[in-house]
Amino acid sequence: MSGLTVDGVPVDAAPRPGQCLRTYLREAGHLAVKKGCDAGDCGACTVLVDGAPRHSCLVPAARAVRDGACVTTAAGLGTPERPHPVQQRFLDAQGFQCGFCTAGLVVTAAALEEGDASPRPDAAADETWKGNLCRCTGYRSIRDALAGRTNVGPAGGLGTSTPAPAGPEIVTGRAAYTLDLPPDHPAAARLHAVLVTSPHPHARIRRIDATAALASPGVRLVLTHRDAPATLYSTARHESRLDDPDDTRLLDDVVRFHGQRVAVVVAASVAEAEAAARLVEVDYEVLPHVVDPEAARAPGAPLVHGDKDAVTHRISEPHRNVVAQTHGEVGDVEAGLAAAHARVHGTWRTARVTHVALETHGAVAWLDEHDGRLHVRTSTQVPFLVRDELAHVLGLPREQVRVHAARVGGGFGGKQEMLVEDVVALAVLRLAEQARARGERPPAVQLDLTREQQLTQVPVRHPMRVEVELGADAEGVLTAMRLDVLSDTGAYGNHAAGVLFHGVHESVALYRCASKRVDAEAVYTHQPPSGAFRGYGLGQVVFAIESALDDLARELGLTPAEIRRRNVVRPGDGLIVNGPADTDVELHGDGVLQCLDLVEAALGEPDAAPDALDLDGGGWLVGEGLAAAMIATIPPRGHHATAALAAHADGTLLLEVGSAEFGNGSATVHRQIVAEALAGHAPWDEPHRLRVHASDTDACVHDTGAYGSTGSVVAGGAVAAAARALAERLAAGERPTPDAPLRAEGSHHGTPRSVAYNVHGVRVAVRPATGELRILRSVHAADAGRVLNPEQLRGQIEGGVAQALGSALTEEIVLRDGVVTTRTLRDYRVPQLGDVPETVVLLADTHDPLGPGGAKSMSEAPYNPVAPAVANAVRDATGRRPHELPMSRDRLWRLLDAPAEPAEPTTRETP
Amino acid sequence: MDLGTVTSFRSARTRADLDLALGEAPLAGGTWLMSTPHPQVSGLVDLTTLGWPDLEPLPDGGLRIGATCPIATLATSGRSALFARGAAALLMSFKVQQVATVGGNVCLGLPAAAMTSVLAGLAATAVVWTPDGAERRVPVAELVVGDHRTDLAPGEVLRALEVSPAMLAAPSTLRRIALTEHGRSAAVVVGVATPAGPRVVVTASTPHPVVLHGERDPRDPRALDDVAWFDDPHGAPDWRAAMTARLVAEVVADLDRSAA
Repeated sequence: MSGLTVDGVPVDAAPRPGQCLRTYLREAGHLAVKKGCDAGDCGACTVLVDGAPRHSCLVPAARAVRDGACVTTAAGLGTPERPHPVQQRFLDAQGFQCGFCTAGLVVTAAALEEGDASPRPDAAADETWKGNLCRCTGYRSIRDALAGRTNVGPAGGLGTSTPAPAGPEIVTGRAAYTLDLPPDHPAAARLHAVLVTSPHPHARIRRIDATAALASPGVRLVLTHRDAPATLYSTARHESRLDDPDDTRLLDDVVRFHGQRVAVVVAASVAEAEAAARLVEVDYEVLPHVVDPEAARAPGAPLVHGDKDAVTHRISEPHRNVVAQTHGEVGDVEAGLAAAHARVHGTWRTARVTHVALETHGAVAWLDEHDGRLHVRTSTQVPFLVRDELAHVLGLPREQVRVHAARVGGGFGGKQEMLVEDVVALAVLRLAEQARARGERPPAVQLDLTREQQLTQVPVRHPMRVEVELGADAEGVLTAMRLDVLSDTGAYGNHAAGVLFHGVHESVALYRCASKRVDAEAVYTHQPPSGAFRGYGLGQVVFAIESALDDLARELGLTPAEIRRRNVVRPGDGLIVNGPADTDVELHGDGVLQCLDLVEAALGEPDAAPDALDLDGGGWLVGEGLAAAMIATIPPRGHHATAALAAHADGTLLLEVGSAEFGNGSATVHRQIVAEALAGHAPWDEPHRLRVHASDTDACVHDTGAYGSTGSVVAGGAVAAAARALAERLAAGERPTPDAPLRAEGSHHGTPRSVAYNVHGVRVAVRPATGELRILRSVHAADAGRVLNPEQLRGQIEGGVAQALGSALTEEIVLRDGVVTTRTLRDYRVPQLGDVPETVVLLADTHDPLGPGGAKSMSEAPYNPVAPAVANAVRDATGRRPHELPMSRDRLWRLLDAPAEPAEPTTRETP
Repeated sequence: MDLGTVTSFRSARTRADLDLALGEAPLAGGTWLMSTPHPQVSGLVDLTTLGWPDLEPLPDGGLRIGATCPIATLATSGRSALFARGAAALLMSFKVQQVATVGGNVCLGLPAAAMTSVLAGLAATAVVWTPDGAERRVPVAELVVGDHRTDLAPGEVLRALEVSPAMLAAPSTLRRIALTEHGRSAAVVVGVATPAGPRVVVTASTPHPVVLHGERDPRDPRALDDVAWFDDPHGAPDWRAAMTARLVAEVVADLDRSAA
């Protein structure tokens, strides 16, 4: 064996015969090498092997060691103090958000430059970069980094493009994510958990025998339903656990979807756990299953949770597979439709889509030697809520559980769930009992989901069927809105109610209309569960309403912008759906009208690079479309944050705040808020003096978590309150002593709330003969209130637009009779660098009286209007309307190439 | 990814080393083998240590491509414009193309494997080493018989792929479509002008290569009537059928133009 070197240091460990270089490097402590897919699709694990960039997950370690390979990781390219020129360019451009993909991008870019430090042109980038996926940025800032453009300045207060504080660590591969444990970490030596999963969509476990698995080498523990607490819960996490049904058991004796976990094997290595998992014998009684949400409500359908009770488990109608519903009317919809000058009606469908945060769900749990508590380090947006539910499920006092997150590699709502923490926690508790009996130290346990598990087992966006009927008078003023919504929550009801109610809320409430009726139900099916995902139901319903509104404008001869101007809510209006308005939401300003004006004007301008698109071969039709969306700046029913800021006598500041940083940029904004409040209070006003202790249940009293776009407006509000209080004390002459820092606390309780608006517009070219669609121009206007950080805001919007374009055009989790067939990223089609057009980002000039510094939240919102804008442009170009997402080439071809009428026409009635 | 069931790794030096034990799998570039679980594989035998030349001229002016030749090496060889076009049609990035082998791509039996598209299009012959120490020759278009299925018997190893000088020199074209611009191909159609008329080969949209030549005339609108269309997440079969017909017509038109 020749041995290899990594970043100039020899590694002498012998590789396992089937090991890939990625895990070999990580086991040797080279943690810059990330796992995004473990299948060669995402590029997060890219390293240089003898100078050439390689996906290290695809390199046999035995071959690299045999050949004495010279390996360079992102950490070997440069240091935070002396970054490689490419790393410096990623810093200057802020070509990252969560940063999980960045090390692989930087290494690849460095190799392409082969020592030539000059920036590369954008040309040919599309083909070159198909092996590096980024889910956060939408790639514009990455293109900027590759081209050497600078987007940020020095750290400062509100309104500055302050760079992310973790940037230098991220671009040099040193930022620690969930499973990047240094060798001296208390859980560094840990066991590995592997899941045994169901091969049936619905079955009862008659018998489960772990004898052979327990006897397998390296195995320490096998958990089955016999080991699971009886306490039922929901994987969804909300401020109130009563928001979601108690329908989930940690390990159940009934499985309700293909891929549901039935047993957990814990062993010394992943390979040993996998080998033992294959030995777990399970005898299933296969039960009838239902996968069609319409059929699920029909009498006689197999029941998903027929064993449960409406009141006890908070399931609306378990005997009808309905987990949540709302039915109601304001005004008189029938009369409103009868009186209408124009009416439109249609039914729209959305697909299952998945978050594809580059960091998969993963957690490590251990019992701390010093405090005796259960510690869980996990990839979460909600550490406090996970702690509370772990304590509930495992029957522990809350004080005995500590949950914290390191840097989180992307979330998008997917990490507002408890999906792995319960497994590692239960395993650690059981192993601790065994260890105590033997007088040994209790071991730590890790569970790291594979990308295939991410695509087949964890919650997706709720697919919905949305029927919309609209009526308007001759002036285009809405006389009636009627919606019928069916949401497929899959086998479990996590987020089913919240997504359903939110989905039909701001989408319907955006328009003032005297008569509205909404009937909406979320149903169980025997399929992987749906859950929280950016926009939280709005994207699905907005797709339908904004499409119908576009039809209505055509009927009336109004422009798409004009029909919206005539109907959007104004300050003083209530936000009304199908009952009384929420009482804690305030409308301020004319942001939505500004956004409509901005997009309409920008769409009228010529394409930025009219010759760049080669519309080869002809047969292309060009059209434009726009759509609007509204979102409350904070989720309803309570969202709380606390923060503390302490000035120390040595000149440093310590900020303690609960919320997690997963690329949302809250860690940057919190620093800016502190800098703004403490300006002039030397020496504590210098940015480098601020230390932050965040995303830890030990950091502060409580934090509901970073969901509902609250990192800036709620956690940021608490930080602002703490910073203001500290500034007042400093202004009054108080000073810290070496023994007593000067400390101030702040909190925010998420109410009253405001609303933010987004309008997206596109010009597309469509080729009916093939179904190809190209975006010629993409413009997005956002009402974000006062802009706290222009570059970060732009990045959030671009990232949301890119994720929405994926949902609109290419992404889909495909199931066949309950079994997912899209099991790898290459089968799922996350947008690559070459798939995402540049979006012109425009901002309304508004100031929110409720948000910190006048800001509104802007993380989820940009997603919501994009799909209908594209669909409306297709309708404009071709005369035929898409009713189904994604508007993939095969679907568009079917819609557009058919000789006669569209396959699924919108029925139009004009009296 | 780690292949946890693998307990041995051998570097083959001679043909005798290719006597594979039960559970042993030949390892070329490894880019597919390491990309997906293979619980049935217990050993790896590295072929890249056999020292097979990447590209060799044949006495008749043809080209012999070693099965372990990296795709990027073939793509930049300049021997046929189709080699670079084929590489560009691959899902994999340039990083993977520098490691993935031409033979490995063919042996996958993947309907969308672009090296199969190109080599079947060029009427290449596969040279297969048989376990008895002999070799057999089979057209690449017949080597791939279905989704992840090849004509290779247990113990057989693909040694090389040979292309005739006439096909290398003939005018050629490649057209493709996928659900995304750079995603996995939904249909790939390769055409080569031959003295007997255009020879067109369909891949990706069908489970195995379909050759349109001679009696199965690519100009005949019914030439594809009895084809079974491949169904996977990379495109609906009805769309693939329509796109294939369109691409075949475009490829024939390309060849007609080059002949004019």
